[in-house]
Amino acid sequence: MALLELFNLSKRYDQHTIALSDINISVNKGEFIAVIGPSGAGKSTLLRCINRMIEPTNGEVTFDGVDLLHVKRKELRRLRTKIGMIFQHYHLVNRLTVIENVLHGRLGYKSSVVGALGIYTKKEKEQAIQLLRMLGLADQMYKRSDKLSGGQKQRVGIARALIQDPKMLLCDEPIASLDPNASKIIMDYLQKISQSLGITVIVNLHQVDVALQYSDRIIGVSQGQIVYDGTPTDITQEQIHQIYGSDFDDLMVEMNKEKHYAG
Amino acid sequence: MQVNFFFKKRLRALLVFAFLVSVTYGGIMITEYDVIKGFSSIPMAISWGVTNFFPTTDSFEHLPKILISLWETILLSIGSATLASLFALFFAILGSNTTTINPFFATICRFIATLFRNIDVAVWSMILLFSFGQSALTGYFALFFVSFGFLTRAFIETIDEVSNSGVEALRATGASYISIVIHSVIPSSASQMLSWLLFMIETNIRSATLIGILTGTGIGFVFDLYYKSVDYNTASLVVIAIVIAILALEAASNYVRRVII
Repeated sequence: MALLELFNLSKRYDQHTIALSDINISVNKGEFIAVIGPSGAGKSTLLRCINRMIEPTNGEVTFDGVDLLHVKRKELRRLRTKIGMIFQHYHLVNRLTVIENVLHGRLGYKSSVVGALGIYTKKEKEQAIQLLRMLGLADQMYKRSDKLSGGQKQRVGIARALIQDPKMLLCDEPIASLDPNASKIIMDYLQKISQSLGITVIVNLHQVDVALQYSDRIIGVSQGQIVYDGTPTDITQEQIHQIYGSDFDDLMVEMNKEKHYAG
Repeated sequence: MQVNFFFKKRLRALLVFAFLVSVTYGGIMITEYDVIKGFSSIPMAISWGVTNFFPTTDSFEHLPKILISLWETILLSIGSATLASLFALFFAILGSNTTTINPFFATICRFIATLFRNIDVAVWSMILLFSFGQSALTGYFALFFVSFGFLTRAFIETIDEVSNSGVEALRATGASYISIVIHSVIPSSASQMLSWLLFMIETNIRSATLIGILTGTGIGFVFDLYYKSVDYNTASLVVIAIVIAILALEAASNYVRRVII
């Protein structure tokens, strides 16, 4: 059975701005999916409609067999703990230390009182340390998170998502603010997580070459609609052109440049 | 076209300047203000100040009494600002768009804050004078209300500015509302809020003097007393004491700001 299913999902902000229209996707456990498309195509909205950070207007979202759009607040909180989220600008609490930020990932499992008091079990703390070691941040553990580089911050973001013990990761442009080197490290970690832990990963990307390189499946979004859904090997230049519309030529220049850096 | 653009811009600046000049000139005409006499009386005012407005050895006898009043005023200013900041924090969390429970509530919170802020501290003390009479409570509540209104506004802006991203991340993990506020909103905005609180304390000490004159309490009353009894020497000592207190407090709060940021 599919882990996540979107059925006729739509989001409209007002009469004239339609962010998403009739999105149908079925996602299996362990898939690594890249969502590509030009800015403003609705990639971010799509990702945020899945965990109801943005409330969809119409349609259905079924996650792990539960109809996500018709659950109560408390149940929604419980389901969100199973969905980790990673952001372009990391979204860490800058004035807190790295390990505190990682432990924030456990707050969803706690009652309001225990969560508010910030009481974490020994096991949770050990898990946080272990995750930070795995992500190569053992030396940064007790540093304030605004002292880290962009790539390191994003790894803290990944640790915070993983400590949730998620079934799925939603990554909103995780490498858009990073240099090519740090980008590669982050994408490698995401791939490793997907393969070794069997976690489903959905990544919004604007770098087509990165999407083609890492994903098992590409979803092309343009003007709020899915225009491609298939494997990266089957996608043709023409289809990429269709996804990006008239920006295509600029994009090719960018792609060639990035290849040059990578080489 | 470029040339035209800069010409237009310069013309606009010139028009604004001409407008200001004409308003000033109109004001002078209406109030029959004599500009030359106005400026020429400044040296006279200074010479009066130098010859009359300075502390003498006699006036230092009143120093203990002045210091007690001053101390009372400082404590009052700090007390009103800190208590106001607690209330302001609560209202700011409910009033900020990032953390509000519902938009209707937020509007009410912001409206209350605006109301308290926009009534001047002098007006508050005149209103409260009827309820509390000539006591320290009048001044305390006047300062409290204005601090509350101002700090709520400042805190709302702080929260909106710094905690958006952390709030989104924690909501996505499934954290409860209270956890989000305590683990994301407060840590991100605490230092800026403390900075606003220090600013409020400084402002309160300045306004406390004026309130004292109006309500007959604290250091303002002491100043008023000597000033009206034509004891300018002692009155000047009061002013000097206030200035020193404000400077010391400003230095202290600057130090705290440096440490916490």
